[in-house]
Amino acid sequence: MLLINCPFCKNRNETEFVYGGPVGVNRPDPNISSDTEWVEYLTLVPNPTGPVQEYWWHARGCGKWFAITRNTVTHDILETQDGQ
Amino acid sequence: MQNYSLFSLAKNAFTGHRNWQKAWRSPPLKDEYDVIIIGAGGHGLATAYYLASEYGITNVAVLERGWLGGGNVARNTVTVRSNYLRDQSIPFYVKSVSLYEGLTKNLNFNMMHSKRTMVDVVHNYPKMRDLRRRQLTMDIYGSSYEQISTEQVRKLIPALTGGGANSRLPIIGGMVHKDAGVNRHDAVAWGYARAADSLGVEMHQQTGVKSLIRGTNGNIEGVDTVKGIVKAKKVIVSVSGHTTTLTETAGLRLPLRTMNLTAFVSEPIKPLVDVIVNCSDLGFYFSQSDKGELVIGGAPDSGQSFRRDIKQHVFEDTVGAMLELFPAFKKLKLLRQWGGHLDITPDASPIMDETSVSGLYVSAGWWGGYKAIPAGGLTMAHQVATNSPHPLMADFSFNRFKNLDYILETGTTTAR
Repeated sequence: MLLINCPFCKNRNETEFVYGGPVGVNRPDPNISSDTEWVEYLTLVPNPTGPVQEYWWHARGCGKWFAITRNTVTHDILETQDGQ
Repeated sequence: MQNYSLFSLAKNAFTGHRNWQKAWRSPPLKDEYDVIIIGAGGHGLATAYYLASEYGITNVAVLERGWLGGGNVARNTVTVRSNYLRDQSIPFYVKSVSLYEGLTKNLNFNMMHSKRTMVDVVHNYPKMRDLRRRQLTMDIYGSSYEQISTEQVRKLIPALTGGGANSRLPIIGGMVHKDAGVNRHDAVAWGYARAADSLGVEMHQQTGVKSLIRGTNGNIEGVDTVKGIVKAKKVIVSVSGHTTTLTETAGLRLPLRTMNLTAFVSEPIKPLVDVIVNCSDLGFYFSQSDKGELVIGGAPDSGQSFRRDIKQHVFEDTVGAMLELFPAFKKLKLLRQWGGHLDITPDASPIMDETSVSGLYVSAGWWGGYKAIPAGGLTMAHQVATNSPHPLMADFSFNRFKNLDYILETGTTTAR
């Protein structure tokens, strides 16, 4: 069980949150990007044995979206980034 | 290979079981092989066996970081079935189920295969419609699926006392998949290893691969292991969750992310449930093992994970769901829990293909790879031996992402 530090509610139980997927690269402009770039944007995510950045949504709490950096092996949360 | 039979059992009993041969050799690591397979799990060992038996390629080494059969082939719920959704998936799993059924005889190793039927317990009409659609597709490919009434569900599973008309989620019916079964995971790994070894394939345990080595022309040239560099023109990566960890060393990025899937077993009880029970609406499935333990599977953890333990709340969700239908299980003690790594693709179907690095193959993206072991091994061996994809696996390529030609597969056990 993760203890996730919501920027608004502070430390709350993981069960209050919904996982929002890994933080990928910014959406490329489809008018100028190549097919390869577009497919990479759609399918590739970082998969490290170590820190990964991911979105969480405090769905059963304040409703805030934000990002955390979490270690995929130890599950330690290293950093919380306040999203928009 | 020493033949296992009633006669050999009796003969060895008279000599105090001191004269059994080792199931496989432990030869010294050579400098070069025709094919290197990384990962002595189900898929790696099956690939090695079919390379040798079907395609005559025997100068093969299987390199394993830990011990043989100690990875995901030992960390699953041993469910073998073919009730999938897509035209590409069903024939592949039908082939795999039929290969499993002949495995005991072909490998001369008792797989303890028990073809015991799977029952999907259904709680809502959209799900029932979805499963009936699946039934029509499965009919085309010779897999069996049949709708049954609530009364028939309760007759097949007498222990199912919850889910009545006044419950939170009443049962409205079920589906029966008669091809499904369970077997023994150790026997699958050991049986393939022993048979492959007898054909000349070498098993190297405690031989972790640190990185893949590419030649000046960009093609694969070998691997760097903890025991030194080993060369090969063809390298197959079948390491499940750590696929990307390895392929990154060859400068590749693959559309995979690793997750952890929950399973646990109860204390052994007397025979109570003789089918595999799956309830995707509530999110759990289980079968009773020959030892009497209930083998229970749940949903994957949220987010990427390289851990092999399970989260308390995922465990509680799964148990809570199970108790809704089986309130009598409340008093059961749970003995063991484990997680297994899944490397998930964007469409939840596997990838079996040569990568953009010539000579480097991956068998990855398995969600429920245990049931796919025989067909996965056979088709990967075909591709490596003939340089052309096996018809059953041709669609599970990297190109499907490039062409946005996804095989969206929600045929996994607890997928909702």
